[in-house]
Amino acid sequence: MNAPTPLPASIDATLDLLAGADYLADRSLATVLFLALKMGRPLFLEGEAGVGKTEIAKVLSTTLGRRLIRLQCYEGLDVAAAVYEWNYAAQMIAIRVAEAEGAHDRERLEHDVFSERFLIKRPLLQALEPDPAGPPVLLIDELDRADEAFEAFLLEVLADFQVTIPELGTVKATHAPIVVITSNRTREIHDALKRRCLYHWVGYPSAERELKIVRAKVPGIAKALSEQIVHFVQALRNEDLFKSPGVAETLDWAAALAELDVAALDPATVSDTLGALLKYQDDIARIEGGKAKELLDDVRARMRAAE
Amino acid sequence: MTSVRQSEPAAGRLAENIVHFARALRTAGIPVGPGAALDALAAVRAAGVGTRDDFYWTLHAVFVKRHERSLLFDQAFRIFFRRRGHLDQLLAMLPRAPPRGPEKPPPGAQRLAEALLSSREEGERKPPQLEMDARLTVSDREVLRSKDFAQMTADEIAAAKDAIKRLVLSLDEVKTRRLAPHRHGHIVDIRRTLRASLKAGGAVIDLKYLGPRKKLPPIVALLDISGSMSQYTRLFLHFLHAVTDARKRVHTFLFGTRLTNVTRAIKAKDVDEALAAVSANVADWSGGTRIASSLAAFNKLWARRVLTQGAIVLLITDGLERDPDDRLAFEIDRLHRSCRRLIWLNPLLRFSGFEAKAKGIRAMLPHVDELRPIHNLDSMMELVRALSADGARPGDPKAWLDRVA
Repeated sequence: MNAPTPLPASIDATLDLLAGADYLADRSLATVLFLALKMGRPLFLEGEAGVGKTEIAKVLSTTLGRRLIRLQCYEGLDVAAAVYEWNYAAQMIAIRVAEAEGAHDRERLEHDVFSERFLIKRPLLQALEPDPAGPPVLLIDELDRADEAFEAFLLEVLADFQVTIPELGTVKATHAPIVVITSNRTREIHDALKRRCLYHWVGYPSAERELKIVRAKVPGIAKALSEQIVHFVQALRNEDLFKSPGVAETLDWAAALAELDVAALDPATVSDTLGALLKYQDDIARIEGGKAKELLDDVRARMRAAE
Repeated sequence: MTSVRQSEPAAGRLAENIVHFARALRTAGIPVGPGAALDALAAVRAAGVGTRDDFYWTLHAVFVKRHERSLLFDQAFRIFFRRRGHLDQLLAMLPRAPPRGPEKPPPGAQRLAEALLSSREEGERKPPQLEMDARLTVSDREVLRSKDFAQMTADEIAAAKDAIKRLVLSLDEVKTRRLAPHRHGHIVDIRRTLRASLKAGGAVIDLKYLGPRKKLPPIVALLDISGSMSQYTRLFLHFLHAVTDARKRVHTFLFGTRLTNVTRAIKAKDVDEALAAVSANVADWSGGTRIASSLAAFNKLWARRVLTQGAIVLLITDGLERDPDDRLAFEIDRLHRSCRRLIWLNPLLRFSGFEAKAKGIRAMLPHVDELRPIHNLDSMMELVRALSADGARPGDPKAWLDRVA
């Protein structure tokens, strides 16, 4: 069995680690991530959809060689789906068997039935188990989708990396997992939970960094086209849109255009493929046609000036 | 890389600076507990401060827990660490958390004075005057002044409080997808069943059930504070304060020419304190109305954050838009589509001859679920009844449109 990959020793090492998996983070994000790893604190990432919050957990898991345990939150998520559940069918059988054998010791029966053998572990409990490859990466995705009541379950896990099961006792992790929590901010997460985490707002990347991201993620894309794409998207973000395109949309669009063998952007192509960038009909209607041409001319003029 | 793990005095100096900085942040309104200062020190040690940037983001990670506080942190950081130990300067320059001018009488002072006086003048007390005129002035100018409306009469408060005591909002419940123990539920709760049967030795299996848990949906109130509404706003704020007090999730926004979120301010327990905080937050008191642009701002910045989990929107405005155009219909349509129920409360409805003739009103009517009057305590109670009961909807907006058509 391999020894676990060591955690990065400095902020620069963290940047390099992420870059190794084609995740180009800015320095502020690397700083927070480094601190979270070093201090063993959960990392709380907030930001618009499609800026690469979830991706960080995935990259961490691959670069560090850790197991990724993902808990996707949704309304109605409860302990049975997130933490643990008893295997009722097996418990029933155990009770029947005990009866058939003529055992009538109630205390003993209860103790046997509520033992670890009958416990079904869900993501949060799995994350506390020791792993030969090192503590796993626990991704709690889109926490804002779960209802507020669920946040309370997380407090114990995040503060002490332990879970209390009334029938069994407290399960504590020997080594703290790497916890990444993401939120799209469709509602505010309670301060009690945020207090236990290191917070970071993931914003849209600068043009320069977005260009690097596009080139890393869509290999073989023409230099001029990638520049046009990035500048166009950056210009779109300055427009008054209901939902600005994220990095994920930029990559989708770049991949779509590369797939269509487009050499350079023209208004017709932009209008045809706008669905990859903008996801609201009102936004598309605003940009389509004249506005797209205007933005495109702007982008071209700026690129010529830069040359 | 200059390490912090230096000699003792230097480390001591760092700790001292961080504690001072934490205190400064607290004064500026960023809630920073003593634990956070310790965390910050540990973080700075762990990061091994190299550059100013790294130091900045290290402290940012610990002290800032909300995106909107980043700006304040940035300011504070710049002033504080430009030169060392300029705490006094920092404290002088930063905005104070509760921005309260010392020259104003404390909130509640007048109420107290009146209460003390009233014991003598008990007989002369007039009944609460709640009938008011709607001034049909739609002024163009944005009146940028801080209006002190914390000083309200004890009569008004007494009347409002009386009414509010009778307001029971708790009947309006929505089913959630969470389950709770339920006598006549539809899902067998195997866990409870098993535990119960074990208590009886496992011989009898008595089924226990789970049913849907119910909860109160969030309320989002959008209150028009323009000049034409100014006779009403104070009372509505009282109403909203009471509602906020009674339920957990109420968001309040005020709009005239711009949109202001006063949810935080209105949460203060004492009504005077809450209203003082609200008035300190609002710049466009009694000015013109820009309903379309205010709704646009709400749709863009807040709708996705506060209209989750089946929210009800209370839109309190007379609908007298300064320059109505297609945008108003568009924005109210979007608002309508992103909430569960949109209720328009219009004080103009108190006039028996009210007709939906104004262009703004005609643009908004097709997109609201209910149109109700709100001009006195009776209509307020009527609203509460409507919020509580399901089914009967007397405030059908189409009826108003048909009447003029």
